[in-house]
Amino acid sequence: MATSLRIKKNQYYDSVFLMGVNKRLSESEGVSQSMVVMASEANKQMLADLGIQDPRLQTAQPNDLIVVVSADSQKIADQLLEQFDQFLEVSAASKGQSSLHTLQDGLESKPNANLTVISVPGEYAAREARLAVEKGLNVFLFSNNVSLDDEIVIKRLAKDRGVLVMGPDCGTSIINGVGIGFANRVRRGPVGVVGPSGTGLQEFTCLVHHLGSGISHAIGTGSRDLSDAVGGVTTLAALQVLDKDPMTEIIAVISKPPGRKTLPVLTTAFASCTKPVVACFLGIREDVSGAGETFRLGRTIDEAASMATGKQGALAENIEAQNLLAKARSSRHPKQQYLRGLFAGGTFCYQSQQILQSHNTQVYSNSPLDDRFALQHPDRSQKHTLVDMGDDFYTRGRPHPMIDGSQRARRIIAEAEDPNVAIILLDFILGYNSSMDPVNDLLPAIHVAQQKAESRGGKITFVASITGTELDPQGYKTQIMALQAADVITFQSNAAATEFCVKLLEN
Amino acid sequence: MEERDPIQSLLTEPLVAINLGLAGFGEAIQDQEAEVVLVDWSPPAGGDKELMDLLDQLL
Repeated sequence: MATSLRIKKNQYYDSVFLMGVNKRLSESEGVSQSMVVMASEANKQMLADLGIQDPRLQTAQPNDLIVVVSADSQKIADQLLEQFDQFLEVSAASKGQSSLHTLQDGLESKPNANLTVISVPGEYAAREARLAVEKGLNVFLFSNNVSLDDEIVIKRLAKDRGVLVMGPDCGTSIINGVGIGFANRVRRGPVGVVGPSGTGLQEFTCLVHHLGSGISHAIGTGSRDLSDAVGGVTTLAALQVLDKDPMTEIIAVISKPPGRKTLPVLTTAFASCTKPVVACFLGIREDVSGAGETFRLGRTIDEAASMATGKQGALAENIEAQNLLAKARSSRHPKQQYLRGLFAGGTFCYQSQQILQSHNTQVYSNSPLDDRFALQHPDRSQKHTLVDMGDDFYTRGRPHPMIDGSQRARRIIAEAEDPNVAIILLDFILGYNSSMDPVNDLLPAIHVAQQKAESRGGKITFVASITGTELDPQGYKTQIMALQAADVITFQSNAAATEFCVKLLEN
Repeated sequence: MEERDPIQSLLTEPLVAINLGLAGFGEAIQDQEAEVVLVDWSPPAGGDKELMDLLDQLL
């Protein structure tokens, strides 16, 4: 094994673009590992943690590009680095060129702009967001790794200036029918929704669409907005504006439990709304004051969508599911007893745990509802296990599973090595900026896993939820049909897929 | 003239966005036929934090 490193001075590219370049480089013959990253402090530290040391790294600047190739021979590694520009050019051909380089340039080009979408590396994101707020612009701040202190300062400033800051760590919004970040294409309609979780908002907006209604606006707030430190600044501003919005007739809030001090502030705000409010606080254990009086409380995202639209959805029992249940139970080897959930969406990992726990099924996780059931290591499942594969452990320097399925594919095969595994639960998330073919990213691994189980005289039941609509660019029906052709049992929602798993586990 | 409320205008007027960072985010907005300008962003002042602070003070 030989490793070569090259630094290209003053060539800045965004991280998703570089992940695409790296994917092609890593697929070259003779390559065992490759990395293509900007020389930020965080990336240099990551390389050091991986044992990659080179004196040139010390002087590399954030605008410099680092390429590392580990290959079967020094010759292959050196050759690939020499040819690296070709990998870059193939990718760059599809990248639009712009003569604008700063927020100020952008604002001069579009003086009537009403939103800045910021997804620059975390260490620079707070500065750009602050500049945007000072210019009176609303902000969608996708970047994570923004400090809590910076978030508080930016949101206070936003409140003073009367603008909305969605984020940091905001994955999804739909503003006036336009999806920002990871968002699905859904019908427009009377339901307005606010929430800190990207995948939670995606699931809710898709379910509202499937129930025949539509979304006025979906406002992401960032993962920490309802913590006591931040105090729900964005959520409260969003509630106020949705209450005044002429298109919105009903308001929903989808979140993990808010901070202890923030919860009563939020429920007081619900009571002040002139429009009906539906809330879903996933995993909340205590009674919520005002529930059933000034607002309705849904236990799951499905229930919240049903309450917001007045229609029953994916959870309704169907005969087909009953038949599939019997078939799956009968093909199982007696040893097979455990559920393994491998999620791209953190909210789904959370909601599935909540549903399983409500049925008295204890589950381990790398993102546990209850710390007593924390996995000792995210890569090592024990008994029933649900893994959030969008967690930092899996995404530091590597693409998120919503963009690239390769880590999840490897984990599916690893789970199938365990003869005690009976069910593998997955989520597939369609929409803008997600993988263009998430199902086919995982199908080869599903086949390999199934062959392993069959060679032991058993069968793994694959259960999946698909978050998406027929309007999404991936093709909703094509994705579902590909899963069903591979014997994967599909559901429209994570809650429905999880309830099915609960039934599968019952004997 | 009544002053424009930025949040209200975000929800009631057509979206006009400035995209800084992942080009794909801006391109997805373009695909939805909304108005967006793509900024080819890179760390200001070559990523030198002190120089960046100095620049901010000057602006």
